[in-house]
Amino acid sequence: MPEGKLILITGRSTKQGTGLNKGKDSRDYQEAVRTLEMNREDMARFGLRDGDLVKIKTLYGEATFTCRQEKLPKGMAFVAYGSLSSRLVGGETHASGMPDSKGFEVEVVHLPRGD
Amino acid sequence: MLKIVQGEVYDPINGIDGEKRDICIEGGKIVAEVEGAPTIDASGMVVMPGGVDIHSHIAGSKVNTGRKMRPEDHRGDVVPRTNVTRSGVGYTVPSTFTTGYRYAALGYTTVMEAAVPPLTAKHAHEELNDIPLLDKASFPLMGNNYFVLKYIATGEFQKVKAFVAWLLQATKGYAIKIVNPGGVDTWKWGKNIESLDEKANTFDVTPRQILTTLARVQEDLGLPHPIHVHCNNLGVPGNYETTLKTMEAVEGRRIHITHAQFNSYGGESWARFRSKAPEIATYVNDHPNVTIDVGQVIFGEATTMTADGPWQYRLHQLTGHKWVNSDVEMETGAGIVPYRFSKRNSVNAIQWAIGLELLLLIEDPWRVFLTTDHPNGGPFYFYPQIIKLLMSQDARLEMLESVHKWARTRTSLKELGREYSLYEIAIITRAGTAKALGLKEKGHLGVGADADIAIYPKLDDPEAMFSRPRYVIKGGEVIVEDGKVVKDGLGKTFFVEPAYDEAIEGEIREDFEKYYTVTFENYPVQLEHYLPRHEVIPCG
Amino acid sequence: MEIDNVVCAFCGCVCDDITVTVEEGRISEVKNACTLGRAWFLGHSSNAHRPSGTVNGRPVSTEEAVEEAARILAQARYPLIFGLTSTYCEAQKEAIALAEVLGACIDCCTSVCHGPSGIALQGVGEPTCTLGEVKNRADLIIYWGSNPAESHPRHLTRYAVTPKGLFTPRGRKDRRVVLVDVRPTPSARAADIFLQVKPGKDFECLWALRALIKGIDLEEDAVADTGVTLAQLKDLADRMQSCRFGMLCVGQGLTQSRGKQMNTTAVFLLVRELNGFTKFAAMPMRGHGNVTGIDNVLAWQTGYPFGVNFSRGYPRFNPGEFTAVDVLTRQEADAALIIASDPVANLPRPASGRLSQIPTVALETRESETTKIAKVVITTAPAGISAEGTVYRMDNVPLRLRKVLPSPFPSDEEVLSRLLERVKELKHA
Repeated sequence: MPEGKLILITGRSTKQGTGLNKGKDSRDYQEAVRTLEMNREDMARFGLRDGDLVKIKTLYGEATFTCRQEKLPKGMAFVAYGSLSSRLVGGETHASGMPDSKGFEVEVVHLPRGD
Repeated sequence: MLKIVQGEVYDPINGIDGEKRDICIEGGKIVAEVEGAPTIDASGMVVMPGGVDIHSHIAGSKVNTGRKMRPEDHRGDVVPRTNVTRSGVGYTVPSTFTTGYRYAALGYTTVMEAAVPPLTAKHAHEELNDIPLLDKASFPLMGNNYFVLKYIATGEFQKVKAFVAWLLQATKGYAIKIVNPGGVDTWKWGKNIESLDEKANTFDVTPRQILTTLARVQEDLGLPHPIHVHCNNLGVPGNYETTLKTMEAVEGRRIHITHAQFNSYGGESWARFRSKAPEIATYVNDHPNVTIDVGQVIFGEATTMTADGPWQYRLHQLTGHKWVNSDVEMETGAGIVPYRFSKRNSVNAIQWAIGLELLLLIEDPWRVFLTTDHPNGGPFYFYPQIIKLLMSQDARLEMLESVHKWARTRTSLKELGREYSLYEIAIITRAGTAKALGLKEKGHLGVGADADIAIYPKLDDPEAMFSRPRYVIKGGEVIVEDGKVVKDGLGKTFFVEPAYDEAIEGEIREDFEKYYTVTFENYPVQLEHYLPRHEVIPCG
Repeated sequence: MEIDNVVCAFCGCVCDDITVTVEEGRISEVKNACTLGRAWFLGHSSNAHRPSGTVNGRPVSTEEAVEEAARILAQARYPLIFGLTSTYCEAQKEAIALAEVLGACIDCCTSVCHGPSGIALQGVGEPTCTLGEVKNRADLIIYWGSNPAESHPRHLTRYAVTPKGLFTPRGRKDRRVVLVDVRPTPSARAADIFLQVKPGKDFECLWALRALIKGIDLEEDAVADTGVTLAQLKDLADRMQSCRFGMLCVGQGLTQSRGKQMNTTAVFLLVRELNGFTKFAAMPMRGHGNVTGIDNVLAWQTGYPFGVNFSRGYPRFNPGEFTAVDVLTRQEADAALIIASDPVANLPRPASGRLSQIPTVALETRESETTKIAKVVITTAPAGISAEGTVYRMDNVPLRLRKVLPSPFPSDEEVLSRLLERVKELKHA
């Protein structure tokens, strides 16, 4: 794993699923799709703490998330899919109709803490 | 109002054999007289009742999976929209709109969907409503149903009877369909049943018990159509003995053996494969309680789809072609495998010949019907080709020369000199099927019949003649001219409402709630939502 | 008032045993539903304050919004109709009729959820069954790339893991549950065995399982870098071959990762081989409440389950050409009609960006990212709460949604039917 890179997995989460029924502007939904999960070692590697803001970049775009430590394999990040994760995905479908929505490489940029 | 004049009328139910008669129509029905009606001049044309297909697979979960899994089937056969009709695709598993138009364009106006899993009956009705122009009905699958098997095992005939009646009402179905009785239930553990007296399924009941019980139920309920049976061991060499035993098992009660071609095989292996059509035909000739449809093979593409899961798996193994299996909880199964019938294939050639042998050897045309078991033997729109082969021995012998030699050496086809008349063609494609289905207002042109009429140009070549009707009239309106659909619309769906003891609902509820994954209340098909145009055919 | 046997159309489980209490024009209580279903029923109670429609953000009547939508669509050279997974089949039929009249491309969320499973079905077929077969018979359940605890909670309790069935009288005790995924999701707690595959290595694992089942001797390096060991796969292969009835539930971890339709093809082939030993089935874990319905209606009316193009007057199908992401990313679509879906939130930016550039019409029950950018918004009654119709469960079992609350807004079916009539008139004129 090159320095500053992670494999991003997007997917469902309970909070995202219940949140979207309260409305896409609801706090639950927004919180769900703005939280990036990482494992302890990766957080340490990037000098991140729970609640820090990180910018995630791909060839197609970037988005800023709040990070949170979770039980994840090393080198992987997870985010509940939504309007933020969609900014990171490309439009190429390799003749399948399906974009590469899971398991793509992203660059992590640690933003200065707000405190 | 409409009057068809000067046509040569073939109306076997009323004994009319090619006489020149005028047909009068009013209010969608045939009437004795009309005054001042527009006329259709049918001089030089043949007038018949609209075709009635007794067995086809046109709607529902299995058919639709067949569509989904075969884009290659559709791409070469596209159907653009017109000012009148919707677009679609054709070939072996046509889209719903195209199915309706193509049947209508052949002069068919009533078609039976022959296998509906009760759990997905709403799906079948949704599709039937999207098949334009035709009147329809559907046969719910019952030969491997949990409650049927259970009450047979406990010897409670009255409960089987009440359940069958309840199920027909819940599914808005028309007839009792039985597919590989006992075998499909056994397939749910990956096995099959090979003889009429084998016990292997959930309740250890035999195919014989299932057949005899349901034949009795049909008789007691007074259902218009007999039990409609896809026999055990379909497709397998040597299966004609099972077919004979199946017909014997009902002890003189009415039985319809469907796509009998697939169940008239001799030889104990593919290498020894041969026709046993004469044996089947002899039995049918001697037993007036039996009707059959043939399931004629058409050379070319087919999509095999049946509730007979174990057979479809076997066919997948034989061919290596893509395979769908879909078992339905508590009720039945389904399998789908694309297939190609080839003239050069020895077994295919024999299969092709067997269908024709059955049609030619069964003497009474009122008890043998033309089907391709669409799309299992091939698409329905090849009926005109088969009609030609039945009407002309020369055409038959010519085609026989072009196929694998086993069709000449292992069947009796080349010796059969019989040639069908137009009157007999009218029986095996409309009058006889309507009668076997108990549809009293279909299949004839007598006063009171539905005004469903096909008018064909009288040509020397029956294939050309039946491929392109000059007019087709449905419910009194012209829907096809020169083989082209000129009017769209929705036909009716028929179903039966046999009376039953309502205690059965309480009786089945406990097991239903334990073992189904839908609630009892959400199971039935609601008439008001799923049968916008319907007609109840009386029982008894 | 308590209404029993209500059908929940939030996810592909389509549970039909929900009891809903309606008090003073709102849903006050929901029984039997999972946390997602509960939120779905409760969340739709209060949308009455929304305008019937908007044009360029200006509130208008439904009629005015339909008129503007019809004008936009009738003028377009290559309109796209997309979404349709959270509405019912009767509305979907109107949308297909509209696509045909417009010569449009019509696609549904299938292309971005289980389209690759549909493509695999077209390639090799699919051994499957209804969910009751799983409940009654399955003694081995494998979730692969699926996180049912968070996406389909009642799949575990109503259909596959804990329910007691005909041949599974002890419920959970009669079953072994395996989870294969790239991370230990909350579903891992429901599993007896968790195999953690490396991202993008599903195909390799599935193919190795096929080899093992066929009796091919593999070396450890055949599965190097997959995250799992040969011993783990051998153990799984043994369990698969020796169970009485196995079920492999296909998640979007397979369809959305590297390999896509090759992953799902590997699943269907693996399950096909297993039927030589025992009874085994596979089933895509369809997400939205009626995504299976739009596949079905499209298939019976056009022959194809998603990504259908009518520009030549007859249906054509070609994933990658006529699918929504591609039609938008290539900047081809020049107008869009979005029905019961939120592509601006969920499609990749290169595709969703196009929707902001072209006139987009959105039929929605509530505010979404798509309604925010849409030129025309038409508010409709939520299916399954204020509109009734047919939906299909993930196993193709049809159920009928009920209407439990009145709505001031027309249904999707009514709006689409009016839109269709208006477009026909404009096209004719």
